[in-house]
Amino acid sequence: MRLSSCGSGFSRDAFCRSTQGASRLKPLPQGFLLRLLLVILFAFAGTLHAQAIEPMPFANHAQELRFQHLTHELRCPMCQNETLADSNAPIARDLRNQIFKMMQQGKSDDEIKQYLVARYSKFVLYDPPLTRGTWLLWFGPLLILLGGAGVVLVAIRKRGRMPANGSSGPRPSIDNGDDW
Amino acid sequence: MTPELGQLALILALLLALAQGILPLIGAWRGNRALMAVARPAAAGQAVFVAIAFGILVWAFLRFDFSVQYVADNSNLELPWYYRIAAVWGAHEGSLLLWIMILNVWTVALAAFSQKLPEVFASRVLAVMGLIAVGFLAFIIFTSNPFARLLPMPGDGADLNPVLQDPGMTFHPPMLYMGYVGFSVAFAFSIAALLGGELEQAWVRWARPWTNVAWAFLTCGIVAGSWWAYAELGWGGWWFWDPVENASFMPWLVGLALIHAQAITEKRGSLRAWTILLSIFAFSLSLLGTFLVRSGVLTSVHAFASDPRRGVFILAFLTIIVGGSLLLYALRAPKVAAGKPFNLLSRETAMLIGNLMFAVAAAMVLLGTLFPLIGDALHMGRISVGPPYFGFLFPLLMLPVVLLLPFGPFLRWGKGDADALKSMLLRVTVAALACAIVAAFFVDGHMKAIVGVAAAVWIGVGVLLYAYKRWREVPRGRRYPAEMAGMLLAHFGVAVFVVGVLLSESLSVTSDVRMAPGQTQHIGSYDFRFDGAHRTTGPNWRADQGVVTVTRDGKDIAVMHPQKRTYPRGQVQTESAVDAGITRDLYVALGEPMDAGNIEGAWSLRLYYKPFVRWIWAGGLLMMLGGFVCAADKRFRLKRTVTRAEPAIETRLQETRA
Amino acid sequence: MSRLLPFIGFMLLAALFGFGIWWNTQHDPNAIPTPLLDKPAPAFNLPKLYEPTQTVSKADLLGKPYLLNVFASWCIECGVEHPVLQAEGPTLGVQLVGYNYKDAPADAKRWLAEHGSPYALVIADEPGQTAIDFGVYGAPESFLIDAQGVIRYKHIGPLTPEVVAKELKPAIAALRKETP
Repeated sequence: MRLSSCGSGFSRDAFCRSTQGASRLKPLPQGFLLRLLLVILFAFAGTLHAQAIEPMPFANHAQELRFQHLTHELRCPMCQNETLADSNAPIARDLRNQIFKMMQQGKSDDEIKQYLVARYSKFVLYDPPLTRGTWLLWFGPLLILLGGAGVVLVAIRKRGRMPANGSSGPRPSIDNGDDW
Repeated sequence: MTPELGQLALILALLLALAQGILPLIGAWRGNRALMAVARPAAAGQAVFVAIAFGILVWAFLRFDFSVQYVADNSNLELPWYYRIAAVWGAHEGSLLLWIMILNVWTVALAAFSQKLPEVFASRVLAVMGLIAVGFLAFIIFTSNPFARLLPMPGDGADLNPVLQDPGMTFHPPMLYMGYVGFSVAFAFSIAALLGGELEQAWVRWARPWTNVAWAFLTCGIVAGSWWAYAELGWGGWWFWDPVENASFMPWLVGLALIHAQAITEKRGSLRAWTILLSIFAFSLSLLGTFLVRSGVLTSVHAFASDPRRGVFILAFLTIIVGGSLLLYALRAPKVAAGKPFNLLSRETAMLIGNLMFAVAAAMVLLGTLFPLIGDALHMGRISVGPPYFGFLFPLLMLPVVLLLPFGPFLRWGKGDADALKSMLLRVTVAALACAIVAAFFVDGHMKAIVGVAAAVWIGVGVLLYAYKRWREVPRGRRYPAEMAGMLLAHFGVAVFVVGVLLSESLSVTSDVRMAPGQTQHIGSYDFRFDGAHRTTGPNWRADQGVVTVTRDGKDIAVMHPQKRTYPRGQVQTESAVDAGITRDLYVALGEPMDAGNIEGAWSLRLYYKPFVRWIWAGGLLMMLGGFVCAADKRFRLKRTVTRAEPAIETRLQETRA
Repeated sequence: MSRLLPFIGFMLLAALFGFGIWWNTQHDPNAIPTPLLDKPAPAFNLPKLYEPTQTVSKADLLGKPYLLNVFASWCIECGVEHPVLQAEGPTLGVQLVGYNYKDAPADAKRWLAEHGSPYALVIADEPGQTAIDFGVYGAPESFLIDAQGVIRYKHIGPLTPEVVAKELKPAIAALRKETP
């Protein structure tokens, strides 16, 4: 095999793609699916690969940092649980090289992202841009926080106004509020 | 024959679980003591049969019984015996069996330690545990039989996924499941309380140590997984915000909120409904994690064909258990606010804010994890939500927690003392600022690192000040009851964790380099010299092994051996080499030979200098330790005499203990 | 009422999960829908596999619709797809253009000699650069391109008899309706 797979040793299409159609396709090695299955069983087993290590002739250290940062925010279209930075899939290598080339041409991060989105759709962006569709995603937590804060405030005010001896009977004399 | 016996054992266990789940409930309802008495023996019998099934599966692995499909799929003749045992939980069916066995461990422990609980209450708790077991046993028997035969029997099996052939990975799942399943105890307690209408705070005290222990195990599981990901994957990362990681993180966050809410409810009698709701949420999120991981709903990420039948089964089970308990909550939860009043400035308020932030953070993680699914539903195309989203929002949500944390213990229940707080605020601020200024000279102006030091000092000094206050004000022997010691340890763990995260994130240096033998690369203040690569072999793998010698100012620091292993079925697995240190890790991963034919020539290597990265796990371990220590408090041990007669008085008596 | 909120929230969640299970039975969760659908195919200029000195450009193929099939000798699933293409190719009514992706020409020729070639024309993209413009991230992938050079349909993963009957043939029929 000339091209290594996502690192698993299966040919890459077998690893990343055939799994879906496995019910339709017979000629898979036996137990293949089950071995894949365990990939997803444990919290950290989502990634079973030799990592991608590729020295590149960066112009300077700042560019290297920029490259590392950018490729960590992009998702590999083939091995979909990996970033472009980490994936060993052939397409990830090609795209890394492309990004490197575009950086040498002086393209900005946004231009590079646009280039990829035009070809591989928004799926490659791990950082989903704020649009009407992702409004809920980005502001949902804030809404929940505001709602929750409202409830907490009401509860605190209610408690503050409660009679000193509350509903659980007379307070024990030693209750100084510092007990453990 | 033996594997069929395993299946038979599971079926018998299911029958016993049905008895355990149904009869005691009827007994508790009708006041029939004979029916209630079924709970304990049924639980014990079920545990025995599940243990037999588990033992049979282990045995099948040990003697290479490839006529069992699961064994053939996950082991082979070359796999060492210890990994053959770990292979039992190496894939879906076996790990489900492990899950059930751990549920039984918890149930038996509960049955043993609940002798002194009121009979009606204890039988309800055990019945709820039984019903959970019914669901999982039915799941394994009807959709995921680990004992299914493979005929004709193959001569050799496939392989255990090489990523799992690592000590860290061996311990990670059992610990994680101990945590997940442990939340079922708090869940069962609150369901029993709802069923019986026993909303006195006594049951919360009984539930507390169980929650703490479960949470501590979950912490341990997550730390083990994170450590494994760091050491094994070769990416130098310790957390990836992967959906499967998130599935373990959500119950952790809610469990954290639950621990604090239980403290309020137990001590002060307030927030009863919220504590019940959190108990339900914590276990529901554990179940939800199971669903997400095994149903294939989110496996777009994990690229594997799922069996929709499994998804449907877990979804139905989830709907019955979680939907049912939330409905019960809606009907029976206490409607009147009870307990002691508290002011705006009080320990209750501080803990409530913490609770709010943990709950919102869990909701945020849930939203981010599920959003791709929502995107599908709304026809927005495929959307990815990844580390940039979580990594941006999570620290924002945790900021108030970090700021408030040192003050929590200083605040009194009910009404805090503003003056004491002011002097305390002054001290931690001065300490944090001073340390931040000193740190600024060492960290090269990295804002994140300075903030990390300031935050850690802020928390750490706060914790130490409280420890000192207790030391000064309280007579010996009563200064640090286990519950408080646990709190101090866990909070100190937060400080250690925060500084570890922020320092390693901001100061790490990494570089992918091409190195010929003899060449040297300067990273951080270290010189990495590549001394070539050679072939080596292990029990069931071959590897190319690089030799990297690290020096600093001419002094030898370490010789590292990163490997690139090839397993019998052709899987390639990187073994990074880590030179661990308290203030820094050096980390080397071997890439590929630059000239494919010549492994003795130049290689691509990834070199890391990671300062303080170890503090991340140290912080996690301190939190875990805090959980365990806390649970050991004598206060939580049941007293035979009082609980049934006058729980309220008992509670008050307990509270007077300073 | 507020006590019912958690229950209602959970039921919504359960509905979402139910939808997810159903959705995944209908869609390949690994396929990334291409943003290039109904857009002009990217310009390319690639050598023929069998006559590397001659190149084929997008303009050369205008005028007649064709099915561009991305394949490679290292790709296991292409072997699964191949018999389907052999059998169904002649019945499609459009020209089959093979797109040899990241493959050594010698390997590709040997593979085609062994399995037989369903293609009227095979172009080779050994570096995989043009494939990025097409948004290709693995093999096999198939593009239906109309006479004007617009991408009208894309399938990711192997074409199965089912996909051919249910998706590809109707897409070709739709093309015919427009240009009789």
